[in-house]
Amino acid sequence: MRGKIGFFKWFIGFFLLFLYGPAILLPVFAFNASSIVSFPLSGFTTEWFSVLLTNGTLHVAARNSLLIAVTTAIFSTLLAVLAARASTRFSFFGRRSIMGFVMLPMVLPEIIIGVSLLVVIIQMGFELSLWSITMGHILICTPFCIAILSSAFMNLDKSLEEASFDLGQTRWNTFWLVIFPLVMPGIVASLLIAFTISLDEFIIAFFLAGTEPTLPVYIWGQLRFPAKLPGLMALGTVLLLVSIGLLLIADFFRRRGIRKTGIENTGGFL
Amino acid sequence: MTQPIIRLSGLDKFYGEFQALSQIDLDIQTGEFFSLLGPSGCGKTTLLRAIAGFETLSSGSLHIDGVSMEGVPANKRPTNMVFQSYAIFPHMSVAENIAYGLKARKLPKAEIKASVAEAINMVGLEGFDDRASHALSGGQRQRVALARALVLKPRVLLLDEPLSALDKKLREQMQSELRRLQRAVGITFVLVTHDQEEALTMSDRIAVMFDGKIEQVASPQILYGKPSTRKVAAFIGMMNFLDAKVLTTSGDNLEVEVQSLGKLTLPLEQATGGLDGCNSVGVRPEMLTILMGSQTSEREIEAEVTEVYYYGDMTYYDVKLPAKEDPITVTMRNTAGREVLEVGAKARVGWSTSSLLLLK
Amino acid sequence: MVGFQKWRRSESAQGLFLISPTLGFALLLLAVPLIMVVALSFWTQDYLTLDRTFTTANYQTAWTEPMYQYLMARSLKISIFVTAVTVLVAYPVAYFISFHVVPKRKAMWIFLITIPFWTSYLMRIFLWKVILGYNGVINGTLTGFGIIDEPLSFILYNQNAVVITLAHAWIPFAILPIFVALERVDRSLIEAAEDLGDSGIRRFFRVTLPLSMPGVIAATIIVFIPTIGDYVTPRLVGGPNGLMISNMIELQFKKANNAPLGAALAISAMGIVTFFALVFLWMNRKYVRGPS
Ligand SMILES: Nc1ncnc2c1ncn2[C@@H]1O[C@H](COP(=O)(O)OP(=O)(O)OP(=O)(O)O)[C@@H](O)[C@H]1O
Ligand SMILES: [Mg+2]
Repeated sequence: MRGKIGFFKWFIGFFLLFLYGPAILLPVFAFNASSIVSFPLSGFTTEWFSVLLTNGTLHVAARNSLLIAVTTAIFSTLLAVLAARASTRFSFFGRRSIMGFVMLPMVLPEIIIGVSLLVVIIQMGFELSLWSITMGHILICTPFCIAILSSAFMNLDKSLEEASFDLGQTRWNTFWLVIFPLVMPGIVASLLIAFTISLDEFIIAFFLAGTEPTLPVYIWGQLRFPAKLPGLMALGTVLLLVSIGLLLIADFFRRRGIRKTGIENTGGFL
Repeated sequence: MTQPIIRLSGLDKFYGEFQALSQIDLDIQTGEFFSLLGPSGCGKTTLLRAIAGFETLSSGSLHIDGVSMEGVPANKRPTNMVFQSYAIFPHMSVAENIAYGLKARKLPKAEIKASVAEAINMVGLEGFDDRASHALSGGQRQRVALARALVLKPRVLLLDEPLSALDKKLREQMQSELRRLQRAVGITFVLVTHDQEEALTMSDRIAVMFDGKIEQVASPQILYGKPSTRKVAAFIGMMNFLDAKVLTTSGDNLEVEVQSLGKLTLPLEQATGGLDGCNSVGVRPEMLTILMGSQTSEREIEAEVTEVYYYGDMTYYDVKLPAKEDPITVTMRNTAGREVLEVGAKARVGWSTSSLLLLK
Repeated sequence: MVGFQKWRRSESAQGLFLISPTLGFALLLLAVPLIMVVALSFWTQDYLTLDRTFTTANYQTAWTEPMYQYLMARSLKISIFVTAVTVLVAYPVAYFISFHVVPKRKAMWIFLITIPFWTSYLMRIFLWKVILGYNGVINGTLTGFGIIDEPLSFILYNQNAVVITLAHAWIPFAILPIFVALERVDRSLIEAAEDLGDSGIRRFFRVTLPLSMPGVIAATIIVFIPTIGDYVTPRLVGGPNGLMISNMIELQFKKANNAPLGAALAISAMGIVTFFALVFLWMNRKYVRGPS
């Protein structure tokens, strides 16, 4: 028995090192006082972070990404609320196939989605713009939002709705007084996940980017210039912290939702 | 008789091909404590939900207080429901839960407050007003659900197995409390249960259901003492059955040939469900006696004890009658001086013709 | 008309009504575009003008030109390799979390495993370059400790680097479904097997593994299909021999201005991946008797 645990300890140790290697190096190089991203390290500096503050192109890209991410979060959550509600509450003709189709982008290679949207936009004679990227992002984020919201709606006891209706409320008020407050944590989690995914998405954004870059497209452009790398490390560190912060908030809300509906917490994110 | 509060006639309910309710005709009187009793899956919940307005009827009609409920949604019906899971809104306090329906009616704040306080008193939850609803015990949740529905003063209160989630002690306590509450408020209660004891002790009348059909509607005493079919007799309490054949009828009397017991004359009224298709005689185990020493009875028959179940205050005997393969059951109170027989012992079983029921 | 009125109020109608915006969006932005890609793959393009006569020429090129054949085979090989490595590493980790971590801590462990995934995608790939490079972390450490004299050169700018980087990117997605499946395994079944005299290893292969197979299958599909669509990892760490079919698709659509050929390549890649996924599923159904 002890030998087995020993094996697991070593294995998990190596695994965590492998898993966290890149994430640990990010802040290491972000604070490293050398313009070359490699070992050995040469001292501590916050210079690369101050570079970020004065970089105009970066700010434009960041603004674009924020705009896309916020729009994506709102729209994919809206679409996901409808789908999750429909699939958990009603049984309708072709439910399984419709849900399967809507969830398809989750397993489709992103290049396929990028390519097909590009083809449509060009064939229809539209210009590539931030909108085209947003559309692509809504498409790939919606399945993740549906996954989160489905469990939120599923945990909702159907008799709560019926009780509200039975006590004389209208369907519309029942939604706002009972259903919405109870799935609210799921909605917040969905918004944050969609936001985070969109903010970091590159493959589709690169295919559909017109003249205006998003943050990852900007980073891609900068990766070619060795001198820009330390600044990118600083940027990556900031983005990582933002992502983790948002995820912690999302998880907090998810847990609160679980507590509220009185379901046992089984753990597991997403 | 006055107009029934609920009148169901020719009610059918289909789920696709499956018929959950068939040809339900039922009148429930104002102020009654009425129970729907039947085995799992027989359609009790479906019937209750049809009355509440959560299930649409496939055919037939439903009148509440003389008004047809066709097209009337649940939130416009003069009924309220206590759900099996209680369906307490988890994000609201006890008082908010109880005030929910009153707020839907847009009553003045002061009036709502007064009614809520009264309802909280009525179910004995004083001091729990601001308690979060997930911090309540099963019994307390049950009381909140009751108060929430009763505060609206519905014409009919529908309860779907409200006690099944409680432990035995609490269940018995809540049974008497429900009965007391119903008497106090005078509202018609329709209770769904699969627990016969619960139905017998609480109800004014009971409808026994099997496979989507109502088998018999009667008071608890009649249901137990004069069940109209073998099915009902077997479902409620214990009943021994013997094969029987009606030979002749003359006036108010029947000539019957009964397995093991021989030829008998029974009054016509002991064929509780009518004469058609009668093929067995039923007798409750407590209507039989094991005779001791010089005890005598109107009739008696020799039997052999095949199994003994000792319960302290009672003893249950399985005894084998001549000319009947399966043993029948006799229950005896263990009164002073009565000895408990052993397996294999010979016994004289005393019985009387008045305790026999002719059933189909 | 009465029938229609009744239908409109039915559950089916309400459900369809509710899901219609989401479905409409997916039809418009997924089904229609995919159909257009298929259509495009049967057309031809000469610089910027599109010729809409039906032709299978693009597919002939895609399937006969040695370069494309070669890229396709390599992509498939890399994808299969990545999937195998990912699932093989993910399983023990999921097993560890499910069986050796106290229940209270499981959620935290799962969270721990998903964090690195939220590092910027591009940055993560780039950092692997830093780790695996000639003067990178691994070589630096190994030479520093005197384990090797010369930096290893076989770890960057080739297929190994692509496999490592992609496996790293997909491992959380493989761990999660396997973990969920393992959590569902009824512990009393394992005890029953022990009770019936199975040793630890046999117990694992006869009870735990078959019962967790659905998770392994989900992980395999989740990793395998998207991996073939990645064109960034091969570009950054793959070197000339690490390039995959997606890089070629991207090239056709962007620089080479031959969208129809790109479309044919994309459809072909998609078809092959789907075919392999289906074969995999079929084999599983046939040879592994997991819970249905
Ligand atoms: N929505 C539905 N779709 C299809 N069949 C249903 C549906 N609801 C109930 N049924 C079926 O109708 C029958 C009656 O169900 P109902 O819930 O009324 O039973 P019940 O008497 O309340 O049983 P229990 O005591 O188990 O609650 C059952 O066979 C059930 O499977
Ligand atoms: Mg029921």
